[in-house]
Amino acid sequence: MTAEARLAIEVTGLHKRYGEVEAVTGVDLSVRTGEVVAFLGPNGAGKTTTVEILEGLRTRTSGDVHVLGVDPAEATADWRERIGVVLQGAKHEGDFTAAEIVTMWSAYYRSPRPTAEVLELVGLAEAAGTRTRRLSGGQQQRLAVALALVGDPELVFLDEPTTGFDPAARREAWQTIDGLRSLGVTVLLTTHYMDEADRLADRIAVISRGRIVADGTAPELAAQVAMPSHISWDAAELSTEALPDRLRDLLRSQDAWERPALVTRDVGGVVRELLVTAEAVGTRLDSLAVQPPTLEDTYLALTGDTSSGDGS
Amino acid sequence: MTRLGQLRSEARFNLLGFRRSPAATFFTVVLPIIFLVIFTSIFGNEIISSTGARVATVYVPGILALALVSANFMNAAIVTVIRRESGVLKAMRATPLPPWVYVGGQVAASLVLTAIMTALVIGIGWLGYSVEVQPGAVPSLLITLGVGAAAFSALGLAITCVCPSEQAAPAITNMCVLPLYFVSDVFIPSEGAPRWMTLIGDVFPIKHLAVALGRTFDPFSEGVPLPAWRWAILGAWGVFGVLVTVRFFRWTPRN
Repeated sequence: MTAEARLAIEVTGLHKRYGEVEAVTGVDLSVRTGEVVAFLGPNGAGKTTTVEILEGLRTRTSGDVHVLGVDPAEATADWRERIGVVLQGAKHEGDFTAAEIVTMWSAYYRSPRPTAEVLELVGLAEAAGTRTRRLSGGQQQRLAVALALVGDPELVFLDEPTTGFDPAARREAWQTIDGLRSLGVTVLLTTHYMDEADRLADRIAVISRGRIVADGTAPELAAQVAMPSHISWDAAELSTEALPDRLRDLLRSQDAWERPALVTRDVGGVVRELLVTAEAVGTRLDSLAVQPPTLEDTYLALTGDTSSGDGS
Repeated sequence: MTRLGQLRSEARFNLLGFRRSPAATFFTVVLPIIFLVIFTSIFGNEIISSTGARVATVYVPGILALALVSANFMNAAIVTVIRRESGVLKAMRATPLPPWVYVGGQVAASLVLTAIMTALVIGIGWLGYSVEVQPGAVPSLLITLGVGAAAFSALGLAITCVCPSEQAAPAITNMCVLPLYFVSDVFIPSEGAPRWMTLIGDVFPIKHLAVALGRTFDPFSEGVPLPAWRWAILGAWGVFGVLVTVRFFRWTPRN
């Protein structure tokens, strides 16, 4: 197998300019066959533009793009047989039932999956006879995924599959997307939720202002930005007055329970020193707690929006 | 699936969607029948002085023209704008379905509607008002229906290019055709109308469709009707529609 065949998506130096505005300013991205990759970034970061270029729905200004070994700018019907696309917020005709829409779309492919099987796959079997206008937001999204799967694709694009959903609908959508993994389908999904990316993807590529700023698993991203942890305890056990100067300098905020908190990347060193201080005043410091940086902190640091990244 | 199977499937689902849409069914099927019954009941037996024929022989082709415009132009345009604005057309672009099959499926559905309306209007005209298609005029009738359906389907796609939203589509398409019906031998015979009115009617395609259809119902016409230049004008409008569509049609939502 050649290197190209193992890469479902290979993008180098992708640029997209709309008039004066540069929406994508040099994206490099590779997705291996069978991988689930999240394309994470805030609104307006260039996620949808990039994905629509990969889907062959948008032209690019420059850069090299190969999707399943083909340049999407020269997309053929044969290539489209092999990909599935879920666009952001597409609504299907309300007068048709879920099963009718899937059957209608299955006619677009050479060897489609049977309608009943597709509905089963996305957990819509029970809603097969329901008019789509009566489907919940989560169910409509499942229908969109069903339409992307009906042609039995090797690669599926999902553009913001849960934006605007309530927590229950989000969970539903997550289950459906998890189901794709068991089909062995390669998935590229975009999202602006770090927890969604972490929950669904093998790997996360973070895009900010049109370029990739980080690429890796959630722990790898956290290590890359090395956000500080919060070390807190009960003030009744150890007054902040008793802290040595080095520790008092780290005393930046209080935690959610109004306890004193030290903010540091040197967790081991600070905890050791804190325990020594506590021992000197005769307390065990049982209330000690270490809060590692949250996914949200990491995400905000990566996308350069640090205004609310501190003190949480 | 074969291309033919895809066409059939698209046409079938277009017709299913049509049947389930009360607005589309009302404006394309029910309203023309209501117009036909009302107009012919009130004015049907009056005699047109220039030809000596009864007015009913003008209303049957007139309403047939209205039904054809409704099925091929109005209905197709509104459905297309709704699909474009809801993102369905864009999603379709990401499938292997060739665009011409999508368009073909819609035209095929419009043709089926046209055939149904032709049978209904001619049937009602014959049963209720003794208006008959002249036997020698059947080929001419079929050609007129075919050329008209093609031209108005093309114009239906073209008009979507100036419809910014799905709310605007019914208003804009109605604005295009409603005033023209009054100067195009559809609601009232243009006989005796002011010159500027007949001129407006002559420029746009609806009158040529109505008059060409009218020839096939004219009991006093001699020989086989061959309204070649009316077909040519309809065809020219169709070509204009195709050119506008090819140049300006969009698959992606405006909003």
